[in-house]
Amino acid sequence: MNSSLTFLSQSGHETDQLGHALAAVLTHGLPIALNGQLGSGKTRFVRALCSGLGVDIAFVNSPTFVIMQLYTDGRIPVAHFDTYRLGDLDEFLSIGADEYLLSDEWLCLIEWADRISEALPDDYLDIRVQQVAETSREFQFRSTGPRSSGIVDALRNRLSSSPSG
Amino acid sequence: MNEASSLRRLLAIESSCDETAAAVVREDGVVLSSIIASQFELHEEWGGVVPEIASRAHVRRILPVIQAALKEAGCLTSDLHAIAVTTEPGLVGSLLVGLTAAKTMAMSLQIPLVTVNHVEAHIYACGMGQDHSIYPCAGFVVSGGHTNLYDCRSATECQLIGGTTDDAAGEAFDKVARILNLPYPGGPAIQKAALSGNAKKFTMPRPLIHSGRLDFSFAGLKTAVLYAARGVPGPNQLAETPPECVNDLAAAFQEAAVDVLVSKCRQAVRQLGYSRLCVGGGVAANQLLRNELQKMAKRERIELLVAPMNLCTDNAAMAAIAWDLLKAGKTANLDADVLPGLVRHNFQNRR
Repeated sequence: MNSSLTFLSQSGHETDQLGHALAAVLTHGLPIALNGQLGSGKTRFVRALCSGLGVDIAFVNSPTFVIMQLYTDGRIPVAHFDTYRLGDLDEFLSIGADEYLLSDEWLCLIEWADRISEALPDDYLDIRVQQVAETSREFQFRSTGPRSSGIVDALRNRLSSSPSG
Repeated sequence: MNEASSLRRLLAIESSCDETAAAVVREDGVVLSSIIASQFELHEEWGGVVPEIASRAHVRRILPVIQAALKEAGCLTSDLHAIAVTTEPGLVGSLLVGLTAAKTMAMSLQIPLVTVNHVEAHIYACGMGQDHSIYPCAGFVVSGGHTNLYDCRSATECQLIGGTTDDAAGEAFDKVARILNLPYPGGPAIQKAALSGNAKKFTMPRPLIHSGRLDFSFAGLKTAVLYAARGVPGPNQLAETPPECVNDLAAAFQEAAVDVLVSKCRQAVRQLGYSRLCVGGGVAANQLLRNELQKMAKRERIELLVAPMNLCTDNAAMAAIAWDLLKAGKTANLDADVLPGLVRHNFQNRR
């Protein structure tokens, strides 16, 4: 039932292409949980994804300081979270994050999502980024329900039909 | 009664990030009181500003801080002519605490409410104590949450023309300090370690330094420090940074970061065609940044004004800017909201 996909990006440019490919197969809001160490390229991937949705990426940067940034100028409204500085789940919920997570309308991108995993709804897209070499990153996509499975399957089809990756 | 007592007084409240502050400032600019309850000790153990802790602490501290400011100024609430408050940018919860207190006081005392942009106050602070106007100028606010360049035509007309595409400069100092096992806050810790380090031992990238845009990127530099400290990802990557290379890495990182900051300031001044650069924010305390900005200003023959350190965190500057707004009739309604993010105009297309 659940679907998974691994993509090896050999460069920042390939990461950008992956972000654009995911943007192209998104049709509605969805919670996306992003995990990976400092420097693994989470923010770069988010910028590419947002750019693919038509968001002006001049506004898309690390929300570490402000915790949450909203981008409403793209095809799908985006709520970009960074839980790096949060103490616990309560703090995440008290900023009103669940309003976005539980709505079908918003695409929620949550960096360091493992820290608030209990707040994630039943059906979300899980992305793990791992540094495998100096410029290589392994992206693991895993679905947790029917909606996220549809997205992983669509992404797989898109990546296999496009020779550039 | 002397003449000064007839001058109007304003209470300024600031809770945009990690400080709860209140000041009473007279319309002639005299600061009658300025109280700051720093939350530094709360944040140290977390390695950064933890926003919900910040809001809770603001709630606890705001009334005592306001009371202390009034008492020190020898002033009753009925003596106040306006309430000023920071509404942007900052942490949502923290800003709301200050705004709610300010609205409540303005409503119950039936006096005007003035809302202030914290970043504009940082730049305004550069002009306090100067005998000439600092506008127009290129403004640079560099702190834990900002790495922003502004086209400042007047105190209240600052347009964002460049910012970071990923981490803010102060955030990069904090994250690199964490990689190097140095304490929080990262800025002073890295500066201190760098004094005993040799920057030439490591080659660090200067992201976007040659791009024509006024944008910054620190994520790649942070990653370069991580790799230099512990090796590239793979089975041989170290879990911890070896202590013997911490000082050299701190020096190399600081030099690269300062290089980029100074170079973008020069680019902004040249593009705007102004002969003055005003710098504010916590990272402006970095000595290497100050020295390099000074050298650049001399070469470019421009005036450099760096906000005095006490005004980078103090809200007296914010209150002074509030008087300017009040006198210009720019008061806020009681339905005023906070604007935690930044408003950025498309500089590239405008030029």
